Amino acid sequence: MPKLEKGILLGFYFVQFLTGLSDASALFLVACGLSLIFGVLRIVNLAHGSFYMVGAYLAYYLIANFPQGAFFFWAGILLAALTVGTIGIVIETLLLRRLYYAPELFILFATFGIVLIFQDLSRWFFGAEDILGQQAPGLAGSIDIMGVLLPQYDVVLIVIAPLILVGLWFFLYRTRWGILVRAATEDREMSDALGVNQSRLFTGVFFLGSCLAGLGGAIQLPKGGANLLMDLNIIAAAFVVVVVGGMGSIPGAYLAAVIIGELSAFGVLIFPQSTLVLMFLLMAVVLVMRPHGLLGNAEPEVQGAAKMSTATLKPASKKLKLLGLALLILLFMMPVFVGSFGLVLMTEIALFALASMSLYFIMGPGGMVSFGHAAFFGGGAYAAALTVHYMQTPMELAILLAPLLVGLVALIIGWFCVRLSGVYLAMLTLACAQICWSIVFQWGKFTGGDDGILGIWPSAWASDKTVFYYLTLILCIGGIMALRHFIFAPFGYTLRACRDSSLRVDSIGINRHRHQWFAFTLAGTFAGFAGGIYVFSKGNVFPDVMAIPRSFDFLFMILLGGIETLFGPIAGSAAFTWLHDQIARIDYWQLILGCIFILLVIAFPDGIAGSIHTRLGRYFED
Amino acid sequence: MAIILKVQNLHKAFGGLRAVVDVSFQLEAGQLMAMIGPNGAGKSTCFNLINGQLNPDQGSIFIMGQKVNGEKPRDVWKLGVGRTFQITSTFPSMTVLENVQMSLLSHNRRTKSLLTNVSRLYVAEAMALIDLVGIADQAHRSCGVLAYGDLKRVELAVALANQPKLLLMDEPTAGMGPAERQGLMKLTESIVHTREMGVLFTEHDMKVVFDYANRVIVLNRGKMIAAGPPDEVQKNNEVKKIYLGTASS
Ligand SMILES: Nc1ncnc2c1ncn2[C@@H]1O[C@H](COP(=O)(O)OP(=O)(O)OP(=O)(O)O)[C@@H](O)[C@H]1O
Ligand SMILES: [Mg+2]
Repeated sequence: MPKLEKGILLGFYFVQFLTGLSDASALFLVACGLSLIFGVLRIVNLAHGSFYMVGAYLAYYLIANFPQGAFFFWAGILLAALTVGTIGIVIETLLLRRLYYAPELFILFATFGIVLIFQDLSRWFFGAEDILGQQAPGLAGSIDIMGVLLPQYDVVLIVIAPLILVGLWFFLYRTRWGILVRAATEDREMSDALGVNQSRLFTGVFFLGSCLAGLGGAIQLPKGGANLLMDLNIIAAAFVVVVVGGMGSIPGAYLAAVIIGELSAFGVLIFPQSTLVLMFLLMAVVLVMRPHGLLGNAEPEVQGAAKMSTATLKPASKKLKLLGLALLILLFMMPVFVGSFGLVLMTEIALFALASMSLYFIMGPGGMVSFGHAAFFGGGAYAAALTVHYMQTPMELAILLAPLLVGLVALIIGWFCVRLSGVYLAMLTLACAQICWSIVFQWGKFTGGDDGILGIWPSAWASDKTVFYYLTLILCIGGIMALRHFIFAPFGYTLRACRDSSLRVDSIGINRHRHQWFAFTLAGTFAGFAGGIYVFSKGNVFPDVMAIPRSFDFLFMILLGGIETLFGPIAGSAAFTWLHDQIARIDYWQLILGCIFILLVIAFPDGIAGSIHTRLGRYFED
Repeated sequence: MAIILKVQNLHKAFGGLRAVVDVSFQLEAGQLMAMIGPNGAGKSTCFNLINGQLNPDQGSIFIMGQKVNGEKPRDVWKLGVGRTFQITSTFPSMTVLENVQMSLLSHNRRTKSLLTNVSRLYVAEAMALIDLVGIADQAHRSCGVLAYGDLKRVELAVALANQPKLLLMDEPTAGMGPAERQGLMKLTESIVHTREMGVLFTEHDMKVVFDYANRVIVLNRGKMIAAGPPDEVQKNNEVKKIYLGTASS
C-alpha cells in the first residue's frame, strides 16, 4: 500500500468499506431470491445464477438499443429484471411444475440443464467476449470522501440492497401474499390446508425470485459488466451466502452478503491473490460457531437426496459375476478391435468410471450428494501436472502424489461438508469446488490460468496408446474393486448406517461426522487418483476439468447408470462418455446436453436407473 | 448393590414448556425400574437427558459414579448404556443380522476397518443375541420391512450388544399383543438378573408395570409425584387421581 497521510488513510479504509457494501448488493439480490424460492418451492434453483447472467446481458442489450438518457437506462434495467422474471414463469410452469414430486436430485438436474442451455444461448446471442457495461447517465463520476474517490454508481448500489430488504420485509409481513409465502415456507401441509392456491403461489414466488436475480445482474452491469462465467460464479457465492447467513433468512442473506463483500474489499489489501480463501475461512468459522448459519434456524429435515436407497447390500450374484468377468476379458481384448482413437475413448471411460465410482461411494452408501466432485478429479490432474511441470517428477511418482495431495484438499473440504446434510451439503460442495476452480483459474502465474499446462506426457514405456490403455485399465479396475471392497467392509456398512439413521448411529457409539469425513476424503483421494492418470492421457490440463459442469457430468453418469447398483457408475460413465463424444463435435453442444438432461428427467421421474433396474434386474438374480 | 444410575434435581425446559422438573432417583444393579406417567409427562425427555441426546438445564446425572452431563450419546454408550427408542430407529437398508453386527462392530471398535468383510464378522455373536430376543427366523430380513414388534426386539438386541450396565427402554412392548408383551418382559427380567444390570423402562400397560417392575416412578407434567415399590405407588392417592384413575376408566 502506498504511504498515505493519516486522514487519507482513514478515507481510504472508509471508501474500501463502501466498496464492500456496494459489492454486496447484487450478491444479496441473488441470494435472497434463491432463499425465497427454496423456502416455498423446496427447490435449490441452480439456474438462479443463469438468471443473474441473463439479467446482465439483457440490460446491456436493452440499454444499447434504447435512446440515451437516465430514464431509458433505468427502464432498461427494470425491463431486464421483469423479462428474467417472465422467463422464470415459463420455466416454472413448463418444466419444474412437473417435477415437484420427483426425487430432489432430479429437480436439481433439470435446473442444471437450464444452466447449460442458458450458457449456450447467451453465447449465441451475445457472443463469447466479455462485455463492459454502460455507465449510468448522470452517475458516471466519482465523489470525494476524505480525499479518496468513490464512484457515484457505488452509492446507488449501496442504497438499493437495503431498500429491497425493507421492501421484501414489507411484502412478507404486511401483505396477504407475503403471509401466504411465509405460511408455505414454514409449513407446506398447513398452507395446503388453508386452501392456498398452491400452483399460483409457486409461480408467483418463482417470478419474484427470478426478478430479483435478473435485477441483481442488471444493476451490477455498470460496475462489473457481463460475461459467460457470471452464472456459476454467482451461484457459488450465493450458496456461501446462504450457508453463512442461514437458509431461508433474508436478513441473514443481507448480513452474509455484506460480510462477504467487505471481506473481499479488505481481503484484496491483505491477500491480493485470492480473496476466495477468505470466503472459505469465513464459512469455516461460521460452520463451527453456528452450524445453521448466522441468522438461520435449525436445519429443517431435508432428506430427499439422502434417502435414495433402502435396498440391502447383496454380493453380486453368480450370473453378474460371470457377466463382469466376460466384460473384463472384452476390455482386455479391446486393442484388437478398436483403433487408437477408440482406445483413447476407452481410456477416458475407464478414468471416468473410477471417478464416478468414487462419487458413488459417498453418494450411494454415504448419502452425501456432492456437486463438486470434479474439484478432486481436476485437482488430481493439476497436482500431477504441476509436479511434472515444476519438479520434473516422473509419471509414476506424479500418479502417486496426485491422490495424496488431493486427499489433503478433500480432508479440509470434507471437514466442513460433513457438518451439513442433504441439499445444504450439496450447496457447500458446489461452493467449495467453485472456489478451488477459481483459484486455479485466477492464479495464472502458478497454474497457467486459462491457458492450462501443456506437455504432460507419460513416461517413454507407457507412451504407446495401447500400453497406456492397459495401464489405465489395470489401475482403474484396481481402484474400482478397492472401493467396492470398502463398501462391503465394516467402514462401508458404518457409512450406510450413518446415512440410514443418525439417531441410532449416535446411540451405538459411532462418531458419524468422523466416518463421513473419512469417506469424503477417501472419495476425493480416488477421484484425484483418476485425475492424475487423466492428465497423462491428455497431455495437458485446463481449468475446465474441475469446473462445475464436470461435477455434474459425474453425477449424471451415476444417475444414468443407477444409484442402486455398484455396476451403475461404470455403465453410466461408458454411456455418458460415448454420448458426450458424439455431441461434443457440434457447436453449442451444451445446449443439447442440457436438453438431454431435462428430457431424461421428465421421461423418467422415478429415476432412470430405477426404471431399467425394475425391468432388467430379475434376469440377473440367481 | 452397585448404583448404576443416579439422577439429581434434573430440569429441562423447551422454550416455556417445562418438560422435566426437579427429577431425582437412583437405580441399582439388578433392578427393573418403570417410569410411568400420562402422555407428555416427560418420560422420553428424561431418557434423552440420561443418554446425552439432550443437555439438562440443571441437575446432574451419574452413570456408574461418573458424571455424564453434556456428554455426547456416543460417549455415554461407551460407558455401557444401551438404548431403545419409543419410535424405533434401526438401519432400514440392513438386515436384522447386519443391524446387530453394526452394534458389535462399534463395540469392538472395528467400524473404520476397510479390509475385512462384514459378512464374516461377529456373525455368531450377533446370531446369539438375535436368538436371545426371539427373532432368529427373521435374521436375514431387511429392517425396512419388519413388523413393528419385531423392530422393538431388534433394538433390544442392538442395545445388548455392548454388554450394557444400564438399559434404557422407551416403551419396549409397543406394537405387541398381550402375550408377546409378557414374553418380552420375562426375557428382560431374566437378562437383568443374569447380566447384573439395571433397566429403566417406560410403559403404558399397567399390568406389565406392576408385574415386572421392582420400583416405579410416576411423572406428571415433568414433576415426580411418586416413587417406590409398585404396591406402594399403586396405593398413592395422587397417582390414582391423575394417572391410574384415567387408566382404569
Ligand atoms: N425436542 C422438543 N422440543 C420441544 N418440545 C418437546 C421436545 N421433546 C419433547 N417436548 C415436549 O415435552 C413434553 C414431554 O415430552 P416427552 O416426549 O418427554 O413425553 P413422554 O412422557 O415421553 O410422553 P409419551 O407417553 O407420549 O411418549 C411434551 O409436551 C413434548 O411436546
Ligand atoms: Mg415418550
